[in-house]
Amino acid sequence: MGAAANNGSPAIELINVTRRFLTPDGKSMTALRDFTMSVERGEFVAVVGPTGCGKSTTLNLITGLAAPSAGEVRLFGGPVNGIDSRIGFAFQTDALFPWRSVIDNVVAGPLFRGVPKAEAYESARHWLARVNLSGHETKYPHQLSGGMRKRVSLAQTFINGPQILLMDEPFSALDVQTRVLMHDELLQLWSQSKASVVFVTHDLEEAITLADKVYVLTSGPATVKSVYEIDIPRPRVASEIRYEPRFIEISQTIWSDLRAEVLRGADRDESQSAKVAA
Amino acid sequence: MNDITMSTTPNTVAVAPPRATSEAEIEAAAARAATRRRRTVYFWRYFILVVFLGGWELLSSTKIIDEFFFSKPSDIVSRLYTWVTEGTAEGSLWYHLWVTMEESILGFVVGSVAGILAGIALGRNRMLADVFSIYIKLINSVPRVVLAPIFIMIFGLGLTSKVALSFVMVFFVVFSNAFQGVREADRNLLANAQILGARGWQLTRSVVIPSAMSWIFASLHVSFGFAIIGAIVGEFVGARYGIGLLINIAKGSFDAAGMYAAIVVIMVVALAAEYLMTMVENRLAKWRPAPLHDAH
Repeated sequence: MGAAANNGSPAIELINVTRRFLTPDGKSMTALRDFTMSVERGEFVAVVGPTGCGKSTTLNLITGLAAPSAGEVRLFGGPVNGIDSRIGFAFQTDALFPWRSVIDNVVAGPLFRGVPKAEAYESARHWLARVNLSGHETKYPHQLSGGMRKRVSLAQTFINGPQILLMDEPFSALDVQTRVLMHDELLQLWSQSKASVVFVTHDLEEAITLADKVYVLTSGPATVKSVYEIDIPRPRVASEIRYEPRFIEISQTIWSDLRAEVLRGADRDESQSAKVAA
Repeated sequence: MNDITMSTTPNTVAVAPPRATSEAEIEAAAARAATRRRRTVYFWRYFILVVFLGGWELLSSTKIIDEFFFSKPSDIVSRLYTWVTEGTAEGSLWYHLWVTMEESILGFVVGSVAGILAGIALGRNRMLADVFSIYIKLINSVPRVVLAPIFIMIFGLGLTSKVALSFVMVFFVVFSNAFQGVREADRNLLANAQILGARGWQLTRSVVIPSAMSWIFASLHVSFGFAIIGAIVGEFVGARYGIGLLINIAKGSFDAAGMYAAIVVIMVVALAAEYLMTMVENRLAKWRPAPLHDAH
């Protein structure tokens, strides 16, 4: 952390990172190739790309759950050594502990990190109030709606005060209306936390609504195809922003870029399944 | 009992009357249908029991089946009555029952604790699992009851040999379920706990064990029965007390009623244990989605 304070290095840097997997039949598969990205402190970056192109892999490299096969990942100028406590992660699927009540889910992080019990619960109640879930403390996840579960997840993540927030298509399972509400909720939490965010999604509009910068990836193996600055002023209102002319203009520009990759990815999938069939 | 005749068409009871229009009427109709269905189920349950026991009694008393081998329910009941009120020829029934229970419970507790610990240890450690899995398979392929004479030889006629047999009956069932449960722990949950800050034992305690719990409980249900089997087989082979001994002595004197009476005693105990276990499980698993009638 000391290193973080005394230099102005970006929150996250991926420098020429390559990540290869071994498939179950022993073949090597490249998910990321020469991938370079940098996220400034307090910056909100969205990563879009065709499905299955390796977007989630980038996040795993940053968390330390996976190590790069080549290249370098740096957090606040330092190397990644295992799972970094400054990181928060929002999962695509439900990652709440089903056997814990809402408040026990939120309090998990601080308790794991050795915060005294009373203090942890105090802070959990505070965070539940911030995501408008006061009064639901003793319920179990299965008793909540999808949107409420996502809000519990956000509270569970934000309570640790992450400096880096990684989000892997967190809202993709929600219906459209709920998703827009969650966007506003997230923007509000983020604006107060000053965290650096990497938000992976396949939904271009979601990316433009939320981010300062959008990275478009090529279809697998993924590399950065292009980077777009989103100059729509903040604070943004997720439910209205999509009708602004500037929003539409940006989304047309990026889509024309992304479409080529999506088509290429679909072609490749088809030829692969054709090969398997033959 | 008037609607016994309805039970010939049980498939039609769920249909609501076509003229029900208001919510209340529809709900009332559904409630009536549910009651009718429940009654039908109970009726058939008792019917089958009565037919079975009555048939047995009748066939036995009319000498169609040989009473010498098959006894008859009334004899078994009166034998149980004598056992309960006056004790068996070998002493108090309660003492025999207690001995068998002591052996089963000890074997069950020790076996399941060992099974859970071993399952979690091997489930969490790939290396250990790869090394030991072959031996576990080997030992598991031995039919457990053949160990009874060996254990009696080693540990003698007393408690220890039966506990040992119960232990081996229970251990492998619980072990393999605990192992499987640990392996099936959701990867997302594990990753989430790690990112939230869980390390080592915290991870095992807060994610691995809770998610293996339903697997472990499923095995505990079965394995208490196995523990009883272990104790009784051990008592068959050599013992001074226990329900297995009672069966063995009844067998020696061609006392069919005695054998069936001992079986009934065991059945009652096993059912009671099963009931207790379900209660404990329901308490521990209150986080699970509730059965339908509680849903909202």
